[in-house]
Amino acid sequence: MSRAETIPATALRRPSPLWTLGLLRSELVTTIRRWRTLALLGVLAAVPVLVGIAVKIQTRGGAADHSGQGPAFITQITNNGLFLVFTALAATLPFFLPMAVGVVAGDAIAGEAGAGTLRYLLVAPAGRTRLLLTKYTTVMAFCVLATLVVAVSALIVGVLLFPLGDLTTISGTRISFAEGLGRALLIALVVAASLVGVAALGLFVSTLTGSGIAAMATTVGLLITVQILDQIPQLHALQPYFFPHYWLSFADLMRDPVYWDDLVKNLGLQALYAAVFGSAAWARFTTKDISA
Amino acid sequence: MDEPSAAGREAGDTGDAERCAPGQAETSVIVTRGLTKRYRGGQLAVDGLDLTVPAGSVFGFLGPNGSGKTTTIRMLMGLIEPTAGTAGVLGRPMPRAARAVLPQVGALIEGPALYGFLSGRDNLLRYDAADPTADPRTRRVRVAAALDRVGLTAAAGKKAKAYSLGMKQRLGLAAALLQPRRLLVLDEPTNGLDPQGMREIRTLIRELAADGTTVFLSSHLLDEIEQVCTHAAVMARGRLVTQGAVADLAAGARGRLVVTTPDPAEAARVLKEQGVGDVIADGDRISGEPPARDLAEVNAALVAAGVRVRGFTLVRASLEDAFVALTGEGFDVAG
Repeated sequence: MSRAETIPATALRRPSPLWTLGLLRSELVTTIRRWRTLALLGVLAAVPVLVGIAVKIQTRGGAADHSGQGPAFITQITNNGLFLVFTALAATLPFFLPMAVGVVAGDAIAGEAGAGTLRYLLVAPAGRTRLLLTKYTTVMAFCVLATLVVAVSALIVGVLLFPLGDLTTISGTRISFAEGLGRALLIALVVAASLVGVAALGLFVSTLTGSGIAAMATTVGLLITVQILDQIPQLHALQPYFFPHYWLSFADLMRDPVYWDDLVKNLGLQALYAAVFGSAAWARFTTKDISA
Repeated sequence: MDEPSAAGREAGDTGDAERCAPGQAETSVIVTRGLTKRYRGGQLAVDGLDLTVPAGSVFGFLGPNGSGKTTTIRMLMGLIEPTAGTAGVLGRPMPRAARAVLPQVGALIEGPALYGFLSGRDNLLRYDAADPTADPRTRRVRVAAALDRVGLTAAAGKKAKAYSLGMKQRLGLAAALLQPRRLLVLDEPTNGLDPQGMREIRTLIRELAADGTTVFLSSHLLDEIEQVCTHAAVMARGRLVTQGAVADLAAGARGRLVVTTPDPAEAARVLKEQGVGDVIADGDRISGEPPARDLAEVNAALVAAGVRVRGFTLVRASLEDAFVALTGEGFDVAG
């Protein structure tokens, strides 16, 4: 028996509880450094540019008449560039943003399994619960980052192309530009929170398969399916339980006073999805045989 | 593996309740009893395995492809839940005590797996960050030392997808050496390496063993096991065929008498008369199982019968002979 073996395992080093955050930091950095992540963020940043330029061109020859067309707030952009933030978020929330989140969440576990790196993380040992929590935290951080990329890109384009000033709310009241900026930030955070449900769903799908591509495709496919079902009138009774159902309620933050009902329903629904699919992902991942 | 009950425990918690029976932990690094894995399809991958790996040994784990070696290693590392039986690593039950055991175990399982878009160094930094007992203050120093130990310092900044198979294998080994380990589990560590690289890895394994690290080495190269290992176990079709010291295993298979002569027919007749069993003639080369009597008499009988003897040798049994004798097969894929 060698010298090292006589020393009890824990006497060698006393691990600091803070060291456990090293994995989260590594995970965040690794996710951001993937080309795919950068490409997704690039696409998201391009949407406000396209919307801004399109509106600018369309209105160059005088006032354009397109009331009732396009995403929410689009008619207001020419009066105030800040509205491009709301328009861009309204344009990306139904598909681009959740698709990006679905790709990152779907790849989270399945991608590591497919590449074989999952087994090395687990024998490191990362710990299955710890790894899953780290992955979910990272996906939620990506939700915030993706939303902020859209918002900031829209703000920059809005400032460059359109005038700024006081805003008119949906209710018709006037608020200062500073307060408008505050509401824009709040809206961005609510949009990011709206993606929590699809993130949990994607993570759960990711624990079911050993192929990152399959998990991404399934998550995005589910997103599209639910979006379509949400439009079918006959499913009216079920629709309040679809995760995208209250997504566009963020516009209520532009009312004066704010109309909270649907906002609260949305956040509650996202929390429900996070709890249900988070638990399912945990139950699956902590008992799964890792043979990839 | 975090079981629900273990999820809230402090990392590195070492309750005495989880210890195996005293005595086992003192002398054996890996102990399995009746370890069995049946996959969902009903296929029995590992069947009642009783494996004992002595502390300080270099333990060769042999078997044809599909014989259950990798499934066994995955159960030992807590990646797969056994269907029945127990597995103890470093005196603690797996997978229950994974968080306490695995920081002291370095592993290379079924070849290296790397993040192709990260450099070799960043790959190691990531794997080290996954270990909650690894001190982040010494991380860069330890990563540099591990890279140096496998000869990858010059290529540390290159993206891992640009690595050759041999370089990936080295990087996988480096990941297993990030911390001082009590046990190294190496699955085919010389796969993809050139002869020089193989020699380097064997030297590295001997160095590690000299430091007191137990090395559990799975390989399909019998001569590699013979060169490096002190102990070995042989698996076939999910069952353990034999285990023990390499010298004892090879001694179990008897050597063969080989006679080279231009008169093979006559030689074969004389040899049979002299009690040589299983005589096989192959051109001018006759071989057979040596009789119990003095071989000098056998040679004298050949010469007396007018057989012109060019060569008369006793070929020592290799581990391969032992393997073939034990499994009744070569290294073919088990069906």
